[in-house]
Amino acid sequence: MAQQEDMTSAIKDGGSPLAPKTDLPLLDLEHARKSFEDNEVLKDISIQVGQGEVVAIIGPSGGGKSTLLRCCTLLETLDGGSLAFGDVQVATDRDGRAVYGGKAVMRQAKQHFGLVFQNFNLFPHYTALRNVADSLISVQKMPKAQANERARELLDKMGLAGKEDMVPCDLSGGQQQRVAIARALAPSPDILFFDEPTSALDPELTQEVLRVIRDLAAEHMTMVIVTHEMGFAHDVADRIVFMDEGVIVEEGAAAHLIDDPNNARTRAFLATYDQE
Amino acid sequence: MDILTMLGILVGGLRVTGEIFGITLVGALPLGVLVALCRMSSFRPLAYLARLYISVMRGTPLMLQLMFYMFGPYYIFGLSVGSNWNFYACCIGFVLNYAAYFGEIYRSGIQSIPLGQYEAASVLGYSSRQTFFKIVLPQVIKRIIPTMGNEIITLVKDTSLAFALGMLEMFTLAKQIAAAQVSMIPYVIAALIYWVCCLIIEMILTRVEKRLGYYHD
Repeated sequence: MAQQEDMTSAIKDGGSPLAPKTDLPLLDLEHARKSFEDNEVLKDISIQVGQGEVVAIIGPSGGGKSTLLRCCTLLETLDGGSLAFGDVQVATDRDGRAVYGGKAVMRQAKQHFGLVFQNFNLFPHYTALRNVADSLISVQKMPKAQANERARELLDKMGLAGKEDMVPCDLSGGQQQRVAIARALAPSPDILFFDEPTSALDPELTQEVLRVIRDLAAEHMTMVIVTHEMGFAHDVADRIVFMDEGVIVEEGAAAHLIDDPNNARTRAFLATYDQE
Repeated sequence: MDILTMLGILVGGLRVTGEIFGITLVGALPLGVLVALCRMSSFRPLAYLARLYISVMRGTPLMLQLMFYMFGPYYIFGLSVGSNWNFYACCIGFVLNYAAYFGEIYRSGIQSIPLGQYEAASVLGYSSRQTFFKIVLPQVIKRIIPTMGNEIITLVKDTSLAFALGMLEMFTLAKQIAAAQVSMIPYVIAALIYWVCCLIIEMILTRVEKRLGYYHD
């Protein structure tokens, strides 16, 4: 247990001074609505994530999972609803319309979360080390030596010691995704979002990435993971959210939702996996 | 007139050629960025204006454009221009023309950068200025070097159009010597000099490409 605490402090090192001291949930999304033209993708979604929680979001493609994540990470704006990270109120609902805070609020909010993309989106012209360290230097204004030190530690933790000076194109997909996880962890976010982190990887590489995420879960890193890996979701998540057609159909403890779903749609969706 | 004398005169003309070349690059490379940004602007009128500008610059002969700047001030506005106006007209013509071409090259480069790069930078908190200069532009430069090289080499040879404005650049001089001496040799020498200049540029470009070849995407 003592060892586990050590590892947690390794993630939190250089830690976020903005970490909420209150009991507010790390992520609080209420009544989120989002449409693309006539297509309503999110219909009144509410989700809270507490400190140390691991939430897996599952569901069929086009069900709104990715849009939900993109709204949480400020890559899309909500039409309606409210969004807060701890005590940072990003968007407030006013008469059914989401009203966003200014640039300063956005900047502050971005200190609270990290995002791991399906396609990694590493910066191809930077080495693995620079990919991880650069935002610390350019955005967090950390001294270069200290940033590189932290980047080295994180890459080492991801099992990438010795790969620091390699550019993404010389790394395997699994290695690239682990660099991307290190990059997302670098600014010590309170909460880490994953958008189908293994969907672009073959099964073998998938396992090495899932192992890293499992390690993070063991260290009580707060995470929200959109995934199609049911076994992984079952093992690693404290809570599973099943989304379809823009609504949360069912949510609950992993064992309960996957092993004994209440809802017919959830059952039908899970059945497609059992056949595989 | 012996070959060395001709060579001397032509190399003297190379100075003017080099000036036109250098001024065009110094003016058009940054101006092209502006053209590209206007062309991609979400403010519609500005984008249309940039499109019109590019279309006219590419759709009319450079020689005609040079004539326009050369004689426009007098024919249109009745302004009398100084005796060295031909040099200014030449620079204006080349810079404005090449900025249009460079702008389109930049635009194609900028638009080829995947959206995911912007998204990754956004989530990490990079400002839009940092995103452009640290993440996007370095990748754009790598991607457009081959096309840019093409355009720069074309520019070396296009400088000879300045003869139409009576500039004493290398091609004008070669023509004069050839006529006076009834000889092809000045043309041959001028051709060799142009070629050597382009070879040097090719070598520099190859080197830059190699330096940026440490990654691919």
